[in-house]
Amino acid sequence: MKALMFGWEFPPHILGGLGTASYGLTKGMSLQQDMEITFVIPKPHGDEDQSFLKIIGACNVPVVWKDNTWEHVNNRIGKIMHPDEYFWLRNGIKYDFTRIFTNDLGCIDFSGRYPDNLIEEISNYEAVASVLAHQLEFDVIHSHDWLTYPAGVFVKRITGKPLVIHVHATDFDRSRGKVNPTVYNIEKTGMDIADHIITVSNLTRKIVIEKYHQDPRKVTTVHNAVEPLEHVESFVKKPRKDKVVTFLGRITMQKGPEYFVEAAHRVLQRSKNVRFVMAGSGDMMDAMIDLAAKRGIADRFHFPGFQRGSEVHEMLAQSDVYIMPSVSEPFGISPLEAMQVGTPSIISYQSGCAEILTHVIKTDYWDIDAMADAVYSIVTNPSMYKSLRELGLEEVNNIKWYDAGLKVRDIYNLVTGMH
Amino acid sequence: MKNICFYFEIHQPLRLKRYRFFDIGQDHYYYDDFQAEERIRGMVEQSYLPANRTIAEMIRSSNGKFKCAFSISGVALEQLEQYAPEVIDSFQELAKTGSVEFLAEPYAHSLASLYNTDEFVEQVNLHADKIEQLFGKRPTAVHNSELIYSDEIGEVLQKMGYKTVLIEQVKDVLGWKSPNYVYHHPSNPKLKLLVRNNKLSDDIAFRFSNRAWADFPLTSEKFVSRIAEASDGEQIFNVWMGYEALGFYQHPESGIFEFLKAVPFHAIEHSIGFVLPSEATKKLEAVDSLSFTHPTSWAESKDISVWNGNDLQHEALSKLYAVSERVHLCNDKPLQHDWLLLQTTDNFRYMSHSDSFGTHYVSPYEAFTNYMNVLADFLDRVDAQYPTTIENEELNALLKTINNQEKEIAELEEEIKKLKSRKEKK
Repeated sequence: MKALMFGWEFPPHILGGLGTASYGLTKGMSLQQDMEITFVIPKPHGDEDQSFLKIIGACNVPVVWKDNTWEHVNNRIGKIMHPDEYFWLRNGIKYDFTRIFTNDLGCIDFSGRYPDNLIEEISNYEAVASVLAHQLEFDVIHSHDWLTYPAGVFVKRITGKPLVIHVHATDFDRSRGKVNPTVYNIEKTGMDIADHIITVSNLTRKIVIEKYHQDPRKVTTVHNAVEPLEHVESFVKKPRKDKVVTFLGRITMQKGPEYFVEAAHRVLQRSKNVRFVMAGSGDMMDAMIDLAAKRGIADRFHFPGFQRGSEVHEMLAQSDVYIMPSVSEPFGISPLEAMQVGTPSIISYQSGCAEILTHVIKTDYWDIDAMADAVYSIVTNPSMYKSLRELGLEEVNNIKWYDAGLKVRDIYNLVTGMH
Repeated sequence: MKNICFYFEIHQPLRLKRYRFFDIGQDHYYYDDFQAEERIRGMVEQSYLPANRTIAEMIRSSNGKFKCAFSISGVALEQLEQYAPEVIDSFQELAKTGSVEFLAEPYAHSLASLYNTDEFVEQVNLHADKIEQLFGKRPTAVHNSELIYSDEIGEVLQKMGYKTVLIEQVKDVLGWKSPNYVYHHPSNPKLKLLVRNNKLSDDIAFRFSNRAWADFPLTSEKFVSRIAEASDGEQIFNVWMGYEALGFYQHPESGIFEFLKAVPFHAIEHSIGFVLPSEATKKLEAVDSLSFTHPTSWAESKDISVWNGNDLQHEALSKLYAVSERVHLCNDKPLQHDWLLLQTTDNFRYMSHSDSFGTHYVSPYEAFTNYMNVLADFLDRVDAQYPTTIENEELNALLKTINNQEKEIAELEEEIKKLKSRKEKK
């Protein structure tokens, strides 16, 4: 089974959860003996792990025919792609894309991020996809998240191969209902044309069915998993006088930071040896600083700012409780990461990962009483902390990408009719 | 002659209400009365009353040959008295027939037998008093909450004067031995053990209306013939279950009441009798001893792990029982009543990760959190009576002095009397 996947991010250069999920899923699927994956991203950096799949950078795929020497191509992109491959792909140019601005190689410069001209970048990605459609061999097309749906759709139109789209989030999650019509249109078209839709949780599945009017029969949930954490033993919790309760993520409406502040206020009314940390940045940060001050808890409430890379795990490992009060979270990988370093998590029912986790505390995002109660219980009762820590660790270690990969494979088998 | 020994257990916990940590120190009432009333009324309408009517009819139509035993936990009795006194009346009617026996058990349906023997003894006595007061006869047969039993517990009960204990059929202990005989305690042969027949009991309690079950439908004829076909030596078939099985878990439409009503007729046909636990141990000889080195129960795991198998349960139980002595010391009635209710086994079972049967919490963690909040308030109240600044040993010493005072005075008085009489003689 050969799959052509379109993604937007791939580790180590990632901006959000999409890259992590793409990596985990493809790695898990590569354990299947007969699985071959070609993964397209806008702009690879050359240091991606290609041991288990092939990565093609859209920025190195010619969409306009330009005459170049082998040496020139080798000088320009030889580090990332073999020149022979460039020339071979060039034969796949069947349409006139001269309207698009290209470089000397006939390639498009992608930012690989989420720039202001994102919509343009998405449609340029489509052009690249058409070239690949003509040259590559594959049985199924798999598009990760809305940015890549148009590319997948175009390849399906060219080749007639079945299209699977993977919904990691919808605009309804990001905007709390106030969707951007352009984005909605791209999402809906992708879903309409897809042969099958994979959602990362039943919450997302419900949104896809209800808000995008999809046939429930073609929407399947495949929950995300988590990669085993390397050097997990290096994260040792230092003994502290005060208990630390942490919120970690973008400080935006979607993540429900205000509920965290209110819960903190409740807890601090009764117990004094607890500190609250709101790590991350976002458009609601200033409002949260104000709110903490207004509640008179600023002396116990800290804003260390945005955390990078291993700082994230370190911060989670040093915490006694991790809270994710998201208002709408398609999946939410961070509680699983907290569990990996042995930190008990409190998550909202409105988070997709709540569907697969047992050894966490679940509350409604607005239920600050329940949240405060859970925090209080974990910091006061040693066995609560111990149980969540130990059983949570055991649980998260059994959530494997390999199993998620098998479910995706079942869907491939279904849409291709291959077994 | 073969005998069937029917026994039904009634227990309903008084569930705790949602109690947040900021209620600690503010609110000293812990129970969800609305839920309690609704649940107990549901049980009464669907199960207890129709089942009592059925049993009364069975006793009448068999001319008193049909007999069965009941045990109603103290916690359940209190709820019945409050929300469904007609059920108590109905049981009193049954008691008058003489075909019904009421057993003793720890009042609060607690795990006291595993944590504090004094508390256990006290609760069994409290329950026996209550049964005597309500039904006019002091129990001589006893069973522990959830049929929890070990040699140690047996010894305590024997010392209390009980002659018959009801226990679970546990494969690990019985091995090839049949549950259908009377056994005795290894070192106290006066204490007789009756063993629940799992198969026959669960056929009714759990499988009766299960259409996927190979033996469906279970008719009275089939049920009795199994007993009739058993080898001749087997004397007693103990069919024990929660009373809710009749009418609540097995709906009336399943024919459970009709099934029951027909049992005596078929039994008499096969000359099988009915026997009460306390009669059985008088009538029948014990064939062997049974030794339980570890506590067993009638939970599916047959051990006590569903109540004290994980860290949450350990913490809750150890914090609760750490104050037993202090609670015993005080005379605060509401405090002592809460002390009993907080001991009910269900509180701890809701914290089980593997088998939280009957829980109304979304997770064991929620159950634990809620319980610990309540317990924190309760412990504060205990503290208010006897501050923790006084060490337990010191307290014990004080306790001993106080407890022994009366004894000592009595002894001294005795001595004075003796001396006086000696003096007079002189």
